[in-house]
Amino acid sequence: MALKDITLGQYFPGHSLVHKLDPRTKLLAVVLYIVALFLAKSFVTYGVMFLVLALSIAVSKVPLKSILRGLKPVLFIAVFTAVLNLFYTPGTHVLVHVWIFTVTMEGVLQAFFMVTRIMMLITGTFLLTYTTSPILLTDGLEALLGPLKKVKVPVHELAMMMSIALRFIPTLIEETDKIMSAQRARGADFESGNLMQRAKALVPLLVPLFISAFRRADELAVAMECRCYHGGEGRTRLRQLRYAARDRLTLGFFLAITVLVGVLARFGL
Amino acid sequence: MNTIIETKQLTHIYSAGTPFERGALVDVDFSAYEGEYLGIIGHTGSGKSTLIQHLNGLLKPTSGQVLYQGEDIWSDPKRTRRTRFQVGLVFQYPEYQLFEETIYKDIAFGPRNMGLDEKEIDRRVREAAYFVGLRDDQLQRSPFELSGGQKRRVAIAGVIAMEPKVLILDEPTAGLDPVGVESILGNIRDYHQFHNATIILVSHSMEEVARTVDRLVVVNDGHIPFQGSPREVFRHGDELEAMGLGVPQMTRVFHRLRAMGVDIDPSVYTIQQAKAVLLDKLGRSKEVG
Repeated sequence: MALKDITLGQYFPGHSLVHKLDPRTKLLAVVLYIVALFLAKSFVTYGVMFLVLALSIAVSKVPLKSILRGLKPVLFIAVFTAVLNLFYTPGTHVLVHVWIFTVTMEGVLQAFFMVTRIMMLITGTFLLTYTTSPILLTDGLEALLGPLKKVKVPVHELAMMMSIALRFIPTLIEETDKIMSAQRARGADFESGNLMQRAKALVPLLVPLFISAFRRADELAVAMECRCYHGGEGRTRLRQLRYAARDRLTLGFFLAITVLVGVLARFGL
Repeated sequence: MNTIIETKQLTHIYSAGTPFERGALVDVDFSAYEGEYLGIIGHTGSGKSTLIQHLNGLLKPTSGQVLYQGEDIWSDPKRTRRTRFQVGLVFQYPEYQLFEETIYKDIAFGPRNMGLDEKEIDRRVREAAYFVGLRDDQLQRSPFELSGGQKRRVAIAGVIAMEPKVLILDEPTAGLDPVGVESILGNIRDYHQFHNATIILVSHSMEEVARTVDRLVVVNDGHIPFQGSPREVFRHGDELEAMGLGVPQMTRVFHRLRAMGVDIDPSVYTIQQAKAVLLDKLGRSKEVG
């Protein structure tokens, strides 16, 4: 079943420097990286960003193959954007002119940069989820969003919901698989028919799935309350987040890169 | 006895071609005969669930064949679908697959997919409900109002209503109290006798299969190391223990007696048999003494 192959926020355990960084550092670094990526406008700046990305991947020791596999689903969007940019960018250096379509030098460059940007954006965020366990990721988010508590944003609750949702993705996939098999054993057909028939065929799958999701939620709530969970107030942690020297260095590095790219872009490079 | 369903050198590999590749079944030759009550035992991850999902065409073999009444079930898609109706499969915890507004409609789901007419569907639903001990006045209620054990009966009725020639049940008694266990096993036996159907009962409880089945197939690590009557299988007490399966309590007592030097048949597995063997033994001892 192809359902099992879905990679959603997949985590590759490891002991590289990137794995050991504080999750807050990684989140901030990714934000800086994205900002820099949007500032980049030329071969030079994109080159700098590419080097930064390549260096991060090399240090993280995540196999290149798994990163490329993760990029496959977005390939369509990237190609689509590229085609749009290719034909709809006005410019003076006309390369080809067929009927109502005009391809200009500017269009080719724009399309190339667009695809590069999308790919690098996604690879960068993938690297974050590949090297950070979901629990640390939500801990980091909660800590970074902490100041929002002052304006009554339920940060802890949001983070808890996120980690629970992440935790239950594989469970729900497994459950879907099981219910699908059970209904197919009773002659349900999920693969043929028109759109209407297919939508109708999903009822025997979705109803039990929702019921079991609610049941699980109920059980989890009871289990949490049994262990005296009462929200984020006064809650202590097993793993305290602490910045180390490597975090300061990493943040400094990414800050410098962002400033560098910004300055280079300012001077038209 | 005629073979109704068999596998020939059935091999199934999960996630073939990836680093997670794992052989769940390796060259398995399995057969079930018409009208027999067969037990399959094996611990979690032994490949027994993978095996039964091949028998009604839910999983496609990586290599090898699955034959229903001598015909390869994968030879054309129509035959695969037909086999699903002939070989009924009740999954573990089947109560989680219920979805309709009324019990009647849920039981009718399978027969309706078979394309039967209303009259025949009605007959089958009522008969299946009767088999699992549901009253007529319960049929218009929602299945979600029932208790866990009752829900399971509805789910089993949903498969029985297709009137399969082979009925496979994966741990049908898991999580039920002793009364519930007895009553479900009784319902299955009724179906077996009334329709002369082949029953395949998957279980990890030796006590349960020992009391109910005619023949036993042991699955371990993707292979079938032993099969035969319970008596024959339980002779391999030590090997079964090594597989983490264990033997019925009575068998264990007799194995122990034998290890202590008592000359006694160790393939006993019910209290009645134990009584007969012991009386026989004591009687003979008296004559000698």
